Amino acid sequence: MQTKRTVFPNKLLPYLLIAPQIFVTVVFFLWPAATAFWQSFLRQDAFGFKTNFVWFENYRRLFADPIYINAFGHTLIFAILVTVLSTAIALLLAAAAMRVLRTSRIYSTLLIWPYAVAPAIAGILWWFMFNPSIGIVAYMLRAMGVSWNHLINPDDAMTLIVIAATWKQISYNFLFFLAALQSVPRSLQEAGAIDGAGPVKRFWTIVFPLISPTTFYLIVINIVYAMFDTFGIVHATTQGGPARATEILVYKVYFDGFIGLNLGSSAAQSVILMVIVVALTAVQFRFIERRVQY
Amino acid sequence: MVENRPFLNFLAHLVLILGVTIVVFPVYVAFIASSHGPNDFLSGVVPLTPGSHIIENYSTMLSSGMTSSGAPPIGPMMINSLIMAVGVAVGKIAISILSAFAIVYFRFPFRTLAFWMIFITLMLPVEVRIVPTYKVVADLGMLNNYGGLIIPLIASATATFLFRQFFLTVPDELMEAARVDGAGPMKFFRDILLPLSITNIAALFIILFVLGWNQYLWPLIITTDQSFYTVVMGIQRMAAVADAEPRWNLVMAAVILAALPPVLVIVAMQRLFVKGLVETEK
Amino acid sequence: MNKIAFFLSAGLTSLFLSVPAMAATKIQWWHAMGGENGAKLEQIAKGFNASQSDYEIVPVYKGTYDETLTGAIAAFRANQQPAIVQVYEVGTGTMMAAQGAVYPVYQLMKDEGEAWDQSKFIAPVVGYYSDTSGNVLSLPFNSSTPIMYYNKDVFKKAGLDPETPPKTWAEVESFSRTIMKSGAAKCGFTSAWISWIQTENLNALHDKPYSTKANGFGGLDAEFTFNNDLTIRHWDNLKKWQDEGLFKFGGPVGGDNAPPMFYSQECAMYMNSSAGRAGVINNAKGFKVGFAPLPFYDDVIKQPLNSIIGGATLWTLKGRPEEEYKGVAKFFTYLQKPEVQADWHQFSGYLPITEAAYKLGQDQGYYEKNPGSDIGIKQLTRVTPTDNSKGIRFGNYVQVRGIIDDEFAALLGGKKTAKEAVDAVVSRGNEQLRDFESAN
Repeated sequence: MQTKRTVFPNKLLPYLLIAPQIFVTVVFFLWPAATAFWQSFLRQDAFGFKTNFVWFENYRRLFADPIYINAFGHTLIFAILVTVLSTAIALLLAAAAMRVLRTSRIYSTLLIWPYAVAPAIAGILWWFMFNPSIGIVAYMLRAMGVSWNHLINPDDAMTLIVIAATWKQISYNFLFFLAALQSVPRSLQEAGAIDGAGPVKRFWTIVFPLISPTTFYLIVINIVYAMFDTFGIVHATTQGGPARATEILVYKVYFDGFIGLNLGSSAAQSVILMVIVVALTAVQFRFIERRVQY
Repeated sequence: MVENRPFLNFLAHLVLILGVTIVVFPVYVAFIASSHGPNDFLSGVVPLTPGSHIIENYSTMLSSGMTSSGAPPIGPMMINSLIMAVGVAVGKIAISILSAFAIVYFRFPFRTLAFWMIFITLMLPVEVRIVPTYKVVADLGMLNNYGGLIIPLIASATATFLFRQFFLTVPDELMEAARVDGAGPMKFFRDILLPLSITNIAALFIILFVLGWNQYLWPLIITTDQSFYTVVMGIQRMAAVADAEPRWNLVMAAVILAALPPVLVIVAMQRLFVKGLVETEK
Repeated sequence: MNKIAFFLSAGLTSLFLSVPAMAATKIQWWHAMGGENGAKLEQIAKGFNASQSDYEIVPVYKGTYDETLTGAIAAFRANQQPAIVQVYEVGTGTMMAAQGAVYPVYQLMKDEGEAWDQSKFIAPVVGYYSDTSGNVLSLPFNSSTPIMYYNKDVFKKAGLDPETPPKTWAEVESFSRTIMKSGAAKCGFTSAWISWIQTENLNALHDKPYSTKANGFGGLDAEFTFNNDLTIRHWDNLKKWQDEGLFKFGGPVGGDNAPPMFYSQECAMYMNSSAGRAGVINNAKGFKVGFAPLPFYDDVIKQPLNSIIGGATLWTLKGRPEEEYKGVAKFFTYLQKPEVQADWHQFSGYLPITEAAYKLGQDQGYYEKNPGSDIGIKQLTRVTPTDNSKGIRFGNYVQVRGIIDDEFAALLGGKKTAKEAVDAVVSRGNEQLRDFESAN
């Protein structure tokens, strides 16, 4: 992992600085997470009266279930699409906003505002807009000759959740890209221009490397978002259907645990999910971060 | 930008307008929905033009609208949401910036472990942790108070990660110069690092404010006292009705009203962006 | 002298100390009623609170049915549970299996000396929530049953008599064809709740067992048996009708996409909960709505049995101070009063749970003034329920309903035949049942 060349010599101070966050993390995250982790080895009734220790039975059953294995595939497609689309579109919009700096405030307020709509409500809006009977987008699609029915067509359903999830993240990514682009010194750009580089070339050779720390941050965060924070969107629009075609891993965790009250299986699934994302993130830190220029 | 390329400017505007249209469209639909009568929504394709009930719907929501579905009036709910939003934003930024500073600028045993421990908080879905976290909060006697509402939410790592990224880009010369001047780490932090971080703090404040503002599930689970209702809880209470049809026009009016304070925050924080670091030469 | 002073002061002190005990005992009631029904529910609680001064019911909205149940379980595990919680019918299996958490209502009323006469209740409503000895475990509060709504104006336009809704599925099919051919509507019918209406109620109406062990009432070792000719034939019909355009799918779970199809007059007929009546009337802009019982196959059964219920009931949780249970019992007595029941039923569209409340409504002329508002209750009480129409009781049933939705969507998408789909539901569903059995 990257570190600074020179550091401060204090021995005690860092512990003090980090203590509040570690404390909150241990009490309100690690301890409950350990409980949940422990539950993945149990088979319990909902209220917790009867507890059987079942070793890895929960895990074994998951991997023996073809629907669960399919969910991996759906999640992969979903996460990649959402990350790539929302990052690319946001970068494009942020670069465009930088170009028209004087009027950019209006654009950026309008582009960030959708992030303020609560996720649960956003799900309802997407349901409205794509509803095959009364949805305005469904109507427009029909007018263009596209027959849209995400209740039966799995591809339509996946398209819907990708659009809904990407939409929310565009605002988030745009915000951070804009902040990062703002902090690229003009002098460097001017130097590039003097050397004869056009704006597009300047962007890729000067600006993009300079915002790579932010880009790296956003890619990691976007993948985490796509894999963990999107169950609400699926719940409001497709409920994992049709026939589990849009059941991403985190939705299954929610459905089995929160709604189905099978806490053991839900915990096992979360552990698996966590292991995947930790591994993914570790890979990113190891292999991608070395290309980030600090 | 640097030189004047009108075609690229035009293209940029075009891209932006297209982007804004697509991104703002759902919010526009919500606004349209809030301006129509109660049954205009489910009985045909949603119209794209505003209706005539704007004043009526919004004044209903501002006065008794929420209470007709059993929730408290919208004013107190907005205040609760505000407390949560500011509490979460300030809390997270404060503890994260200190942690990131420690992780980047010091070397100490367990440094990497600490970073990953903090980072891992992103990776367990809240729905899984919610039942055990509820138990922890209940055992600590923090149900039905603001501490229980806010503190468990500030455990997350996005802010720490972001600050870490930013601090790694700060040139070492600044720090070395400070040490040469005899400044200790906290002085360096206060006088040099913090001002440089304003843009990131502003961006994070927007994100975290919205996060706290939109809290729904956690307050729902840990409070039984209606005086802690947040505005999104009120909206959900109006929208999630079993066996009945919600009054969508009022729900959407509430949604738009609820989204306004975050917009104000966005507008305010933007000043810090644009003003921010364009002048600072690094 | 000193002794007198001591006793005097002790007496005065105890007088003051006993004053706080005079304040009403607060009892929490966690519920999932959003919207106006929620406001009405709070009114009911206020009514009880105003009628006496010993107990105060505090209603707390805890989200959707799922969120409320999960919240109650989390609270129970942390020893913070409420005395009363509203649980949807699908959670009945979970609640009944949790004997350590649940205080059965018949027991509660007996222990607290409140009058409790189960014969006052409408049989199917109470049958769903009683154990095998017939003792009622939770208090019915908001129950509904599925009925058919139809568009009278479209019927007229298509040349059909608007006062004669289809009685059998054969008529639904032919009416739909007539409507579509005449161009009065784009589709014949749609339906919410494929699981509850087109599978569970289907079997109940035709007196077919849904599973062994009296539809699950008899034990956790029940096995699904609804992959019979009836279900397969009906699902096959739905697929054929979808392909022809007579039937449009309303979506999984509650089928939220079905109502807009009816309101926009795209589909002429629509099956959903009787409790949706007020919403249907409000949203049916510009056309008259008719109400009818669910259709059936008249070659399978001459007279259909009763439909089964949905909705939720009030469960009492153990572990609260004894004082609270007295209040809960008194509150339950209050809730059963005909005036309270009739008022709630007429406002919300949920069914009245007592015969007395139904009679009160009749005496008030409510059903005459609101035609069609008694279709649900008539459909529920037209026969004495058999074992096959008492309802169903399964653990993990939320998951099973999800499986029903999955396989139905696969069927509609042409990926499976009806037989394959229904068989898959039964075999996957049985896995869920075995799972629940081993965990409880």
